[in-house]
Amino acid sequence: MNLAALFRHREPIGPLEYTRRTWMRLTLLATFVFLYAPIVTLVAFSFNDSRRNIVWRGFSLKYYEKALANDGLIEAFVNSLTIAFVQTIIATILGALTALLLWRFRFPFRGGYEGAMALPIVIPEICMGVAMLAFFSRVGWPTDLPWPLNLSAITIAHVSFSFPFVAVVVRARLEGFNREFSEAAQDLGASEWQVFRDVMVPFMRPGLVAGALLAFTLSLDDFVITFFTSGPDTVTFPVKVYSMVRFSVTPEVNAASTVLIALTVVLTVLALWLQSRAKLKPEEVAG
Amino acid sequence: MSTETTPIVEINGVSKRFGSFAAVDNVTLSIGQGEFFALLGPSGCGKTTLLRMLAGLELPTEGRLIIDGQDMSGVPANQRPVNMVFQSYAVFPHMSVLDNVGYGLKVSGVQRPEIRERAQEALALVKLGDFGQRMPDQLSGGQRQRVALARALVKRPKVLLLDEPLSALDAKLREQMRLELVNLQETVGITFVIVTHDQDEALSMASRIAVMEAGQVRQLAPPAELYEFPKTRFVADFIGSVNMFEGRVEAVEKDVIRLACPGLERPIEVEQTDTPPVGATAWAALRPEKIEISKEPPSDPTENATPGRIEEITYLGEVSIYHVRVSEALPLVKVAMANVDRVTRRPFTWEDEVYLSWTRQCGVVLDR
Repeated sequence: MNLAALFRHREPIGPLEYTRRTWMRLTLLATFVFLYAPIVTLVAFSFNDSRRNIVWRGFSLKYYEKALANDGLIEAFVNSLTIAFVQTIIATILGALTALLLWRFRFPFRGGYEGAMALPIVIPEICMGVAMLAFFSRVGWPTDLPWPLNLSAITIAHVSFSFPFVAVVVRARLEGFNREFSEAAQDLGASEWQVFRDVMVPFMRPGLVAGALLAFTLSLDDFVITFFTSGPDTVTFPVKVYSMVRFSVTPEVNAASTVLIALTVVLTVLALWLQSRAKLKPEEVAG
Repeated sequence: MSTETTPIVEINGVSKRFGSFAAVDNVTLSIGQGEFFALLGPSGCGKTTLLRMLAGLELPTEGRLIIDGQDMSGVPANQRPVNMVFQSYAVFPHMSVLDNVGYGLKVSGVQRPEIRERAQEALALVKLGDFGQRMPDQLSGGQRQRVALARALVKRPKVLLLDEPLSALDAKLREQMRLELVNLQETVGITFVIVTHDQDEALSMASRIAVMEAGQVRQLAPPAELYEFPKTRFVADFIGSVNMFEGRVEAVEKDVIRLACPGLERPIEVEQTDTPPVGATAWAALRPEKIEISKEPPSDPTENATPGRIEEITYLGEVSIYHVRVSEALPLVKVAMANVDRVTRRPFTWEDEVYLSWTRQCGVVLDR
């Protein structure tokens, strides 16, 4: 037995056994360190019983209490989530329709349209932010609306930079669509709308979920564009954190960020779980 | 046989052009009620385009399509009395087998209990009665195809269209499915129109075959007629295997054509009623299994015969193909012989000097 184990250990590393190579392991380790060390630090120090983020003084939840009691922070948090939810719905629908249009139809300047649509992905955020600021002040967008209508400017700005991401993801998904599916449905008597509802949408679903998730996270953590479009009454979470950090980095910020991270992770897991469930038993989810 | 029955499908001068290219070029034919009709041809010959025009998935540039006495121009695909089995089967991956089969009924507003009942019935018809709750990715290719069949049959169409239905199956399963399709067609009594590039498939299943090339129908006939009496070199060559001898018509006497072929000592004699004029260039088409190999020349002087030398032998299990050199100027002549005895006792072998012979009733002379 021992002998067998010894021999197995001495087997030469096969060409595909990447996990047994030292350089591969080191790269993996480095990746994890660079990706997660800052986040781990952030989360760990949110429980630190100290005013500063430098020395560990023991476990405490008091900064979570403090963050919860900070009305400005809570308000910003609620604003961010509201914007994210609303804009995700709009961006997903808009993005999916754009992808369908580009995939399904041939029309003059289609290439030009496709390029123009993808511009917000490549344009520097700062330019987008300035453009949005200029646009809203030029059209005289009202700033004194009651909540949640006062978030409309930020929501519109977010839709305009996140829907191309949805469109790109859904478009990629549609490339793999076998047109015989829609033809079969048509042949069986389905109208255009029924083909869309019964065949196209179920096929696009993974793309829609992925695109929506992308749009949601993009909106939630956007700082630059939001900074230019937000007013004193419409502070979002990233903008609020920025203003807090300008005075000092307190564990309170860490605590609030940790809650945000937890929320994003939970939402992502939920979306993935829904997706895998949809793959196994679609009629249950649909029905 | 089928030409006497009432036509269910009439195709009248139908063309489909893409720019200057004609995928389907002025096709006229009719398909009888209850027929098993095959559109056969090499890829790109327009057979699938013709089928898709019947389904309404393509619109003809010219001509008229009549199905069950009703002009189909202006009738969209979802309102035609035909259903189709697609080459990729196109079984909806997100629906269970039962939902797939019932889909056509659901979109036409049939009540739920009836959908269940009829879908279950259709599944039983294709021997998948217990598979209703499965998802498509839990099925084999053959089973998916049966689902596609049941789904297309459940709406009781006037015509069932099948686009290369067996091409994705392995050889054994394909042979079995041919029989099942023919039986199924007899059971349901629906007209089947099948598109295929596989001549064996068409010959074994169809009641009539239209051989297509370059958008046109080259010959329309029952399988045996197509095989024994091809009208053109293309058809002769496309259906089965054939030896082609080019020559000049030397004489026609009492329905016997004498064709002088460069490279052969004696002219080829073929009995045929429909003869090309004397002096014309023509081709004698001869099936490999109609030629006999012997050590001695045949005793009957009316029989065609030529000496030759066996150069290659291809063993195919049930038959062996002998490739015989009759002249340096001609390609090798293929002769098929059933392996009645075991191969160890093969009567002829490589380098044997032999005689090839065939009667006047074998083969045809073609002028196109």
